[in-house]
Amino acid sequence: MQSRRNLELTLLILALILSVAGYVIVGLVADNRVPAGSLGYGATLAVLFGGAHLVLRFKAPQADPVLLPGAALLNGLGLVMVRRLDYAAAASGRQAQAPSQALWTALGLLVFAAVIWLVSSYRSLDRYRYTWLLLGLFLLVLPVLPGIGREINGARLWVFLGPFSGQPAEAAKIALVVFLGAYLAERKELLATATYRAGPFLLPEIKYFLPLVMAWGVSLFVLLGEKDLGSSLLFFGVFVILLYVATGRFSYVAAGLGMFMLGALFAWSQFAHVQVRVNTWLDPWKYYNKAGFQLAQGLFSLATGGILGEGWNQGNPSEIPFASTDFIFDAFGEELGLMGVTALLLVYMLMVFRGLRIALAANDDFGKLLTIGLIASFALQVFVIVGGVTRLIPLTGITLPFVSYGGSSLVANYALIALLCRISHESAPAPARAPEPEPVAAGGIGEVTVAR
Amino acid sequence: MNRQIRRVAVFVLVLFLLMFSAPLYWQVIASDRLANDSRNARKLFKEYSLERGKMVLADGQPVAVSVATPDRLKFQRRYPSGQRYGMVTGFYSLVFGSSLAENTFNTYLVGKAPEQFAQNLVDLFTARSSPGGTLVLTLDPIAQETAERQLGGRKGAVVALEPKTGAVLAMTTFPRYDPNPLSGHDSAQIRRTWNQLLKDPRQPLLNRATDALYPPGSTFKVVTASAALENGVSPAEQLPSPPVYDVPQTQADIRNFGGSSCSGTGTLTLPDALKISCNTTFAALGNRLGPGKLSAEAEKFGLNERSPYQLRSATSSIPTRMDAPSTAQSAIGQRDVRVTPLQMATVAATIANGGTRMAPRVVDRVISDEGKTVKTFGSESLGQVIPNNVAEQVKQMMTGVVQDGTGQSARIPGVAVSGKTGTAQNAAGADPHAWFIGFAQQGERSIAVAVVVENGGDLGSEATGGKVAAPIAKAVIERYLGAGQ
Repeated sequence: MQSRRNLELTLLILALILSVAGYVIVGLVADNRVPAGSLGYGATLAVLFGGAHLVLRFKAPQADPVLLPGAALLNGLGLVMVRRLDYAAAASGRQAQAPSQALWTALGLLVFAAVIWLVSSYRSLDRYRYTWLLLGLFLLVLPVLPGIGREINGARLWVFLGPFSGQPAEAAKIALVVFLGAYLAERKELLATATYRAGPFLLPEIKYFLPLVMAWGVSLFVLLGEKDLGSSLLFFGVFVILLYVATGRFSYVAAGLGMFMLGALFAWSQFAHVQVRVNTWLDPWKYYNKAGFQLAQGLFSLATGGILGEGWNQGNPSEIPFASTDFIFDAFGEELGLMGVTALLLVYMLMVFRGLRIALAANDDFGKLLTIGLIASFALQVFVIVGGVTRLIPLTGITLPFVSYGGSSLVANYALIALLCRISHESAPAPARAPEPEPVAAGGIGEVTVAR
Repeated sequence: MNRQIRRVAVFVLVLFLLMFSAPLYWQVIASDRLANDSRNARKLFKEYSLERGKMVLADGQPVAVSVATPDRLKFQRRYPSGQRYGMVTGFYSLVFGSSLAENTFNTYLVGKAPEQFAQNLVDLFTARSSPGGTLVLTLDPIAQETAERQLGGRKGAVVALEPKTGAVLAMTTFPRYDPNPLSGHDSAQIRRTWNQLLKDPRQPLLNRATDALYPPGSTFKVVTASAALENGVSPAEQLPSPPVYDVPQTQADIRNFGGSSCSGTGTLTLPDALKISCNTTFAALGNRLGPGKLSAEAEKFGLNERSPYQLRSATSSIPTRMDAPSTAQSAIGQRDVRVTPLQMATVAATIANGGTRMAPRVVDRVISDEGKTVKTFGSESLGQVIPNNVAEQVKQMMTGVVQDGTGQSARIPGVAVSGKTGTAQNAAGADPHAWFIGFAQQGERSIAVAVVVENGGDLGSEATGGKVAAPIAKAVIERYLGAGQ
């Protein structure tokens, strides 16, 4: 099955060509010459992704061949956009972000390789489920601790330790998904058994509601303690999806939605910043001179880009405050147009549906739930930020995976797709591998051949 | 469990469909509206980020340039001669858009005209960004300067054309405005300047050379004379010239200025009538021709048609159906005849050019940054509108006007200047407008001029046009022809 890896290599080369082309064009437009760093940029990307590719070749040859190239393309283009925004920012004195983003990319790929290399089987994660829970909760609480946590731009997401800083919620997300996957894989029958009736709903015993309540509590904590709307929504969404997949019961979804509504209503009534978000979502033009400015500028960017876009480095996306993080999608919309952002979304969609295939093909419940948890958090994150910057839903600050400037997010997402690669490798119906002992879950379609 | 996973897949698909549709809305459906929203500065940044093409005179003297600035709008428009060429260049404003040549020739100035495609293609492959095309104007700096100085702060306008080509040699108007403060980067200052100009009762924003409509007065007798000659009146024919022309159907009679008689015999020839600008003769001629023939003749010179000038210009007009009193008054350039100075310059130029009317043009060609010609706006003939022999006869009569008629102040030693004066009554009680149209040739150089000075004198006689307007035309002609020696 080396052909999977050959496909991956081909796709990686394509991703590399697109990224380097973008890099060269940005430089050409800025200085009328091919930027001096082009070769270095191309070579670094080639070494990093080539290295990750080799690790897969040796350690997980059956892994899905699309995830790594997808990440490479998004990351490569993201780097070009961050670099491009640096040109504009240099005038206003903002520090360049591209060098640090490049460093984080390298670190992210190291983590990717480490996960592939060190996690001999995803099943081994199952054994330390409560460790993952504790680690996840610990990471989540870190920013609230006095001394190391700090509030930036209205959200308390950051941890500063000496020279290092980061958003531990990104890593917490993965740890908690691993725990939930393991927990739900074991308890799904219990949770799925209806024991008493409340109105039209069949509900399990109260104690089995506990995980849902806990998830709600975690989300609420994130919302209240860290004022992070986006992550809160993300956590809760992933929990509800996992609960549904594990039990097959819509009552959990309904209850989850109800609790979400309750929480949202509470947050809206209690917090001025939530009200501001909702108001600017409803009418950014009315609040143009204050809270609505950023979203309005983002929409101006999209509109000015039109179908074909202004071209790399030929628009003015730096008009949007925080263009390189929350609003990088709109920056792409201005410079690469509808074509460009649709292409980005197609890459995300491709990756997400590969993830769903991996879940379908996974041989055990833990594998399925873990995959669903990871891919759902990935997809929801894309939705929360893309929906936010296109005025589909109220804006909540969160990174666009692999594209936005931000180290923690980059590293966490590489760990995420590394786990997916691991699971897909172990689930592939390889002739060389012994048949899996576990039977396929009832209602499944048996062995699924993952198409290439 | 796979059943649930498939349902999750459907849910995820819905999320993606929503995500695909949102940019589709903003980038296609709402694109135009938001891209052009006044709060969206991107369009301005784009427009001001390229070096707009220059405007230069034939000798290369720049009259509109783009200079690099350190602020975010990378280039700013400057007009080195201040007010002098504003009536042709127009302004280029952040707030109020652009006007005149800046507006009409914008696609060339920004380098987006089809003729500039090849250059843009070269730029694309060499990653260069050439400035936009340079407009070469037909204006002659000496004629322009002289016209400006001679008008000398009096309300009015001067237009000079090259009869053979229709090239605008001079175009000035007063009062006028400096396009520089309107073309800066400070929108508050732009608005302040604009409001001051709007409030000024003297209307400095009005380009009197092309947009103001005046009664032409006696200068229109050139048209009436041309109509008479075309319709069988011979230059030798004795025409009635009573002290008072008893207009049919009305009590309002037409008199000569001061009520004087035009001749002792009560008749005179067409050349003599033009020479002394005899109102009664021309009023009678008007009714002899009838409104149809009179207005048809005026239309040959360009009245009642959209001005063929490259830039904005008002349409000069004459009614095609008139009763006898109106026809009589129209024949001497009063009543409802309304002309721009540019139109009267065209009348003079057409006679000078032997009856062939040329479209007035002020932009001669567009050249690239490297001096290569991108596009030439050649001289455009609008046809032999007046028979050549008629034009020659009118020309001789106009030469008589300057030699020993009302236009003697336009005489230049050694040059045969042809011309016609005019004193146009406008509002009751107001001083009449002083007019002069004329032309002359020397060697290869020829020039036709129209001058109007609003309420130009209180002389109350036909002498006004001769005293006030003719010297201005004379100076422009003399300086222009003299520069060719």
